[in-house]
Amino acid sequence: MNAATLPRLARSLLPAISLAIILGAIFWLQPRAASYLGLNLMLSLAVPIAFATVAQMCVITVNDLDLSIGTFVGFVACVAATMLKGGLIALPLVAGLYPEADPATLPFWLTTPLVGWLVLALGIGVYALLGALIHARDLPSIVVTLGMSFVWLGLSVLVLPTPGGKAPDWIRTVMTLKPPYVPLPIIAAVLIALAAHLLLMRTSYGAILRGAGGNPKAIERAGWSLLKVKIAMFALAGLFGTLAGLSLVGLTTSGDANIALRYTLLSIAGVILGGGEFVGGRISPVGAVIGAMTLTLAGSFLSFMRISPDWQIGAQGAILIIVLALRAVIDRLEKRT
Amino acid sequence: MTRFTGAVSLLAVAAALCALPAAAETADKRIALSNNYAGNSWRQAMLRSWDKVTKPAVEAGIVAAADPFTTAENQVTEQAAQIQNLVLQGYNAIVLNAASPDALNGAVKEACDAGVIVVSFDGIVTEPCAWRIAVDFKQMGKDEVTYLAGKLPEGGNLLEIRGLAGVFVDDEISKGIHEGVAENAKFKIVGSVHGDWDQAKAQAAVAGILPSLPDDIVGVVTQGGDGYGAAQAFAAAGRKTPTIIMGNRQDELAWWKEQKDANGYETMSVSIAPGVSTLAFWVAQQILDGKEVPKDLVVPFLRIDQDNLEKNLETTEKGGVANVEYTLEDAQKVIEAAAK
Repeated sequence: MNAATLPRLARSLLPAISLAIILGAIFWLQPRAASYLGLNLMLSLAVPIAFATVAQMCVITVNDLDLSIGTFVGFVACVAATMLKGGLIALPLVAGLYPEADPATLPFWLTTPLVGWLVLALGIGVYALLGALIHARDLPSIVVTLGMSFVWLGLSVLVLPTPGGKAPDWIRTVMTLKPPYVPLPIIAAVLIALAAHLLLMRTSYGAILRGAGGNPKAIERAGWSLLKVKIAMFALAGLFGTLAGLSLVGLTTSGDANIALRYTLLSIAGVILGGGEFVGGRISPVGAVIGAMTLTLAGSFLSFMRISPDWQIGAQGAILIIVLALRAVIDRLEKRT
Repeated sequence: MTRFTGAVSLLAVAAALCALPAAAETADKRIALSNNYAGNSWRQAMLRSWDKVTKPAVEAGIVAAADPFTTAENQVTEQAAQIQNLVLQGYNAIVLNAASPDALNGAVKEACDAGVIVVSFDGIVTEPCAWRIAVDFKQMGKDEVTYLAGKLPEGGNLLEIRGLAGVFVDDEISKGIHEGVAENAKFKIVGSVHGDWDQAKAQAAVAGILPSLPDDIVGVVTQGGDGYGAAQAFAAAGRKTPTIIMGNRQDELAWWKEQKDANGYETMSVSIAPGVSTLAFWVAQQILDGKEVPKDLVVPFLRIDQDNLEKNLETTEKGGVANVEYTLEDAQKVIEAAAK
């Protein structure tokens, strides 16, 4: 082992170490948490956050930022709680047009959940288009996605004017599975991390995708289309955002337009906490998932510490700053060697 | 290892479940308040009432703990995580003012499955395993019209001030008012504005609609937080002040008292006391005590009339809202009423 690999190793291990420290502290504070039930309860909400973080990571890979992921996840949750369960007629807007209708006599196109799938596919399509737009017009992604965040919120309110709806039973079943030995959230986290890792770190096109963030000119000269790269990454972000919304609605059982507003900042923090960088295509899918879990557990940790909620946000920020400060130290070591 | 601890914790939960109906004592039981928002005077009063009632209860050894928890942001996912943490912290009951009627159902179900009693109030949840202390807002709206019907036998034109558009509470109160008007044909609602439960907004909205309304408005039906603004708008337009229903806010009561002293003005005031959190506390205590409690309970309104106006105004702080803390006996009465 030479001197250069040590900081690099420390850098890639930092997310895992932070997670282990937080987990250890929680078990020490609240031994009850160190059980199947405890891990299940504490980590179940980490699954949608992990999906959202991976979505954000896809966008960050190509040096962009998605400020609309939170409201997009909320939109997916609203669509899943209405159209994916009962088709178009589940929308309060449409139900108002057929006040007396008997569900059995309604035409097929009003009751089929396929409409829900179509809308979700359209959502991913919109994400792909955004990627194309941002690349073609060379627009700042922050402005475009900030604008989109209001669009998604508006659409969510149209789909579900007041909180409600009902998650499709199959999503509920999947999210409440109780596999033996290992709680579902942990299995899900491992699967998400593995899938994203294989896709972005182990395939040859994954290298191109990351390269588009690191050195776009080189990628372009080598004959690859940057437009296609942006479209692919934004579409991937849309796909993972959709999975975040579906898993969230499986946990909450019903939708609410404002359900996931915090996810925008949480997902960015998760990526950075997990060892990613805002620019340069330097990302870590496994780290991002670990980052998402660390942030979720930080909330539990602070609440077990009995820190007043007014301080919790600040304390969560402090945890983030400590980890980032550690990373800055490692970066410096890396440069020196 | 995980399997072993999992089994142990399951056993513990099972044991807690079995022990529950047998134990008539709640001295070792811990109750938590999960609150989604603390940003207005009503919620602040609610939290103060909670402290005022639960601290002596803990000191007297009725329960082991009654800790309030408020989420920093009014967010469903944050409160869901809070509920899960409270379950892990080993609370026996969670008293819940929920951020969403449906979206917390998953977390509430998990709490129930872990053997925790969940009592929701004000912001109630629809999950069947939880208890609900609901407010009959519809009845509140209807009561306003019933009062006016008794006071104004000739009937006449009414102005309706609604709350925040799209909120369930606004719909319910308004439905009640319209039902009341349908039963009392002598009244007619000639105008309706949204005052957003806010004096300044209500004043602007009423001032805006007044020129288009007939001169003989006899009554204003409101939702609370808007009566004072309506009175100001009528005064500014130089119109005769109709009977304005008040909503227990201090400025409304102070204005009413001023008018009462000056010209014998008569009206009534109705709203929900923030102290309903203490009612929920006692209900949770009763459930932990093994009492049979129906899942749906109804909170009594806090109504102020001509004769008890002074007393209520005195105990209401400036900028606050009239309040009442509930006792164990009040809770038992509410439970009995629901059991019938």
